[in-house]
Parts: sequence; C-alpha cells; structure tokens
Amino acid sequence: MYNKIFDRKVDDIGLQTGIDRLTPEKIEKTVNEVFSGETGAKLKVYHDTCVRCGLCASACHYYVSHDNDPSYSPAGKVTQTISILLDKKGKVGPDFIYQCAQIAYTECNLCRRCVHYCPLGIDTGYMMSVVRRICHKLGVTPQYLQDTAHSHSATMNQMWVKDDEWTDSLLWQEEEARDEFPDMRIPLDKDGADVYYSVIGPEPKFRTHLIYQAGAILHEAGVNWTMPSMPGWDNSDMAMYSGDFEMMGRLKRIHFESAQKLHSKKIVMGECGHAFRSVYDQGNRWLGWKDYPVEVVHSIEFFAHLLKTGKIKMAEKFPGPVTIHDPCNVIRGRGLMNELRYVVSEICESYIEMQPNAEHNFCCAAGGGVINCGPPFKNVRMDGNRAKADQLRAAAEQGVKTVIAPCHNCHGGLEDIIEHYELGLDLKFLGDIIYANMVKTKAVEE
Amino acid sequence: MYNSIYDVVTGPLAWFGWAVFILGSLYRMASLYSEAKKKDVSSLAYVKASYGFNSIMHWITPFATLGWKSNPAMTVATFAFHICLLAVPVFLGAHIDLWYQWFGVSWVALPDTVADTMTVLVILAAAFFAYRRIAVKEVAFLTTWKDWMTLIIAVAPFLTGFLAYHQILNYQFMIVLHVITGVAWLVFIPFGRLSHAILGWYSRVYIGSEFQGVRHCNDW
Ligand code: SF4
Ligand code: SF4
Ligand code: SF4
Repeated sequence: MYNKIFDRKVDDIGLQTGIDRLTPEKIEKTVNEVFSGETGAKLKVYHDTCVRCGLCASACHYYVSHDNDPSYSPAGKVTQTISILLDKKGKVGPDFIYQCAQIAYTECNLCRRCVHYCPLGIDTGYMMSVVRRICHKLGVTPQYLQDTAHSHSATMNQMWVKDDEWTDSLLWQEEEARDEFPDMRIPLDKDGADVYYSVIGPEPKFRTHLIYQAGAILHEAGVNWTMPSMPGWDNSDMAMYSGDFEMMGRLKRIHFESAQKLHSKKIVMGECGHAFRSVYDQGNRWLGWKDYPVEVVHSIEFFAHLLKTGKIKMAEKFPGPVTIHDPCNVIRGRGLMNELRYVVSEICESYIEMQPNAEHNFCCAAGGGVINCGPPFKNVRMDGNRAKADQLRAAAEQGVKTVIAPCHNCHGGLEDIIEHYELGLDLKFLGDIIYANMVKTKAVEE
Repeated sequence: MYNSIYDVVTGPLAWFGWAVFILGSLYRMASLYSEAKKKDVSSLAYVKASYGFNSIMHWITPFATLGWKSNPAMTVATFAFHICLLAVPVFLGAHIDLWYQWFGVSWVALPDTVADTMTVLVILAAAFFAYRRIAVKEVAFLTTWKDWMTLIIAVAPFLTGFLAYHQILNYQFMIVLHVITGVAWLVFIPFGRLSHAILGWYSRVYIGSEFQGVRHCNDW
C-alpha cells in the first residue's frame, strides 16, 4: 500500500564508495557475523515482540516534522532496515545497505525518546546502532563522520589536533586569562588533583574561549584541578556513533587511564552530551566496566555543586526569561533535569519551559552523530526537526530571547535550526553565563 | 459423530495445545535468558527487580505513561482488549467445567451476560485494531501478513465463541471451531508476534532497569 522504495537518497561519497566495494557475499557474511557474534537475546526480543502498533510514531521528531510520514517512524525505520536484514539473513544487495546506512546514521539520533511511547519497552535506538555497526563493518559510513572517526584513531581526538597544538592551545588560553586573572593557571599533569577537566576535540580547535571560561570558573572557585598534556584529554567519541566500537573502547580507555595516571579524584566533563553517554553508558560497557573506574561528573552537576556550596556566586543574574533545551544524553540519558533547572534558576532571572520538556524533550536532531555527517545531510536535520523549531518559536512568542543548551552538539544543531527557521534566538552554554556574570574576586580591578 | 469430534478436540487436541503453550513458552523464555547471559551481559548486569516492577506497574496502568497519554483511543482499546481477552477464557461459566475436567480445579464464574459483553468488547477492539492496520498510515506502513495472522488468531476464539453462544449458524460446528481456534491461540503464544505476551516482560523489565538504574530517569 505504501511505497517502501527509498525515494530520498542523499548523495554521500563515503556511502557511495563504500557500497561500490561490496559484494552480496561480503554483505551476507558480515551481517551474519554481527548477528551471531555480537547481538543476542536483546535484539531478538525487541524484534520479535514488536506488535507493529505504531504507537511509537509520534515520539520521533523526524516523523512529526515530516507531516507524519510513516517511513520516519521508529518502527518504520526498523522495518526498512534491520527487519529485512534479519528476515533475509543478510541476503541483500549493496543498494539496500546504502538505504540502511542513510536511515541509521542520519534519520535517527539514537535519542531514545521513542522508548517513552512503546508499551513493550523496545529501544529503537539500540536497533539503529546495530545497523550502524553492520554498516561500519561493511565500510559504508558517511564521509564526514568517518573523518572524525579516522581522526580519533590517528590522534585520539576528534579534530586532528596534534599533541603540541593541544598544549599550545592551553598555554595560549592561560596567557589570555592572565590579563583578567593574574594568578590563573591551567595546571597540566598535576598529580592527585581533585578535578581532572576533560573537553571535546572541537574546544581547542574552534571554541578555545570555552577552555578560558572553564579555567576562570575553576580558578575563581578555588578548585584543585588539572588537565592532561597527553592524549586522553578528549572525552568525545564519534567512533561510538560510526559503529567502530573497537575504537570507542580505545578512546574510553585512554581517557580513564590518563586520569588514573594522574591520580585524579574525579573527572569533570565540559558541557557535552554524547561524550557523557560514551563514558557512562557505551564505552564503559564495551570495556567490561559496569560503571566508570574514575567518577565522571558532567558540568551541569559540577556547576550545581559550585553554586550550592557558594564557591561561585553570581554578581547578577542573566536577564530572563530564557528557555532550557534538555540534551537527551544528559537528561533522558542521565536524569540531570533537576540539577539543570537548579543551575538555570541560580544564574538567570527566570525561565520558561518548552513543551514537552525534561526527559520527554525532543532531540535537537544533531545528536547521535547526525550533525557530524556534515553538509550533505544538513537538510535532513533541518526538515527533520520542524518540531524543535515549533517548540522554540512557542517559547520565543512568550518573550524568550535566549536558549540554554548545555551540550555541544545541541548547540550546533540548534544554531542551524534557529537560523533556518529564522527564530532570532540567542544560544548559550551554562558556562557562558556563569563566567560572564559571576563574582570575580580573583580578577584584576577594572 | 459430533460427540466424538468434540471429545477429540477438547481431549487430545486441547492437551496438545496446552503442551505446546507451556513447553514452548518455557523453552523460549529459558533459551532467550540463557542467550542473554552469554551475549548480553553488559545489559543484563543492570537488571533490577524493583526497577522492572516500577516500569510494569506504570505501563499496566491506563494513561500513566507518555505513550498511553499520547494515544487515548489506543489506550482504551488496548486495555479493554487485553483485560477481556484474559478474563473471559479463565472465568467463563462454560470453561469452568473444562478447567475441572482438565486440571481438577474450579473457581467462580463470571455471569454469562458479563462474559458476553466482554467478548463483544474483544471483538470491537480487534475491529478497531484492524481498522488501524488499514486506515492509519503509520500502522499500515508496518503491517504485514504476520500482523493480520496474529490478530485473526487472537480474536478467532472470541468470534466463534460468541457465535456459538448465541447459536448463530450451526452450533455444533461453531463449538468445534471454537475449541480448535482456542487451541491455535495457545499454540501460537510462544511464537511470532503473540510472544509479546510472554517476552514483553523481558524487554519491559530490562528497559525499566536501564532507564531508572543507569539513566536515572523514568521509562514512562
Ligand atoms: S510502539 Fe513498540 S511495539 Fe509498537 S510499533 Fe513501536 S516499537 Fe513496535
Ligand atoms: S530519532 Fe529518537 S525518537 Fe526517532 S527513532 Fe531515533 S531514537 Fe527513536
Ligand atoms: S545533541 Fe544534544 S539533544 Fe541532540 S542527541 Fe546529543 S544530547 Fe541529545
């Protein structure tokens, strides 16, 4: 009744050259290797018990944003990809693998909102990551995403930052900061520090001011902290999203080991969602750690702690009202919604909630590595997240001028949405506001 | 002739149905559990009874979850369907005799008019599901012959039971058909989509544990 032939193919050189190298035999062998060697009862139960009721459809921003097009519904994506791989036992052609890759890498953010809609507790995000895993093993990955994964394996960071460039960026930011805070240091490789501060690759590459800001906040709060001079500093993980789990494991191991070598008490992560997921949810499990070997604290929790204990005081509150974007990976992924609201209420005059919010929030459509699939798929994100634009517009109509999004990916994603839908909103990290408006007892008098 | 056919379907055939249902269900549950222990350790490690219990309690309460709230018509139909679907076979007066005959146990029966109304509810809910499979595009997109088969197997004993009880069409033929479809109902529970009756608890308990325990957030 409905046309299931893929009619929205996006050209991507990574996917195309990937499938050009495939043969039906190779596909069949690889698919079955994953099914027999890597997946188990979890996939079977999810797949067998789905009663095809369609209740999950309205969970997904892609479905909602495409005027309820069923091919974007969570179960719809399953029936167009892994169901067929399972039913046909991998006997499919290269074009079908292109379709699987496009759906799994770019039309699902692995945000797990659909879990809140499924009576049987089926996790479509998990099934989409299995599809990604298969595509990765077949060498069919979007070019831009693969580039970040290559960078991870060559440099242990996401952005091809060389070792000397890393320390240079830190020293540069320290030097800049000293004009404002004469005693401030970014202490490298300090042994036994209370806080090991880790960031994602894009910070030293494009957003160095975030390192400055974090340094200023940690300095002002009098925290005993450090950053590593050697690889391990990047907590991000695009390999997790490309399906390269071996690499994901190496990344998490070096991250934790670098903190362990410095005998750090805990790791504090910058405002990033996916990196946090990789640390507490996926990377640790791949390595066989039930929890993490060194405690990891997300910036939201850390800021909440600094504000609660009075280590940071606000000189003035940011003029409101603002609204809060709940990043899936730290909210639906880690339940930090109350901490986030606490921090926002401490640093801003007032906030207005978007609807739905907290653990029911719509994803930004950048997550799950989708924004990292680069320019070819930008419109997939724009057209696929009108739902978010509508939410933001509703907030703007109530007088909101600023959106707070404590996640790097969300920032990228929301920035594009705000521009594309001409919403005229401003975006901020928590750290932006805290740094700008905190009491600076250690700064030079102006 | 009728009597001997009736004896066969309620005797050996029924026993066959029970055997497949019980052994098949045990086999599927046990084999999946042992497979999970071997291959899904990194998921199984987080399973905790109290989280699973919370999750189940929320999802068996109408309108207690985001999913149910977002789909009111489906919520009403799903609950009516499943409650009646379980209650009627167990508590129907005419079945109480069979329970005694098969297992030597007995309990109070539902008044026939109540059971009859509940049967109609099952049929109406099934008609609603069928309507969705055809007319609601996100459901139509997912629907294959397997889903139709599932629906037909699930509702057939109720339809035939209803027709037999009201003596519409040939009673004797209907009652035999009723028992046969009832046996089919049992036989298919361990397999295919109907297995959600026994396996849905696994995914529910797991995702409940995963959300509440690891993600510190509700799964409803
Ligand atoms: S809500 Fe659950 S059972 Fe229903 S179609 Fe979606 S995944 Fe399948
Ligand atoms: S994008 Fe989110 S809601 Fe949509 S299918 Fe993927 S995990 Fe589910
Ligand atoms: S980018 Fe942000 S909203 Fe989107 S998946 Fe990541 S955490 Fe979720």
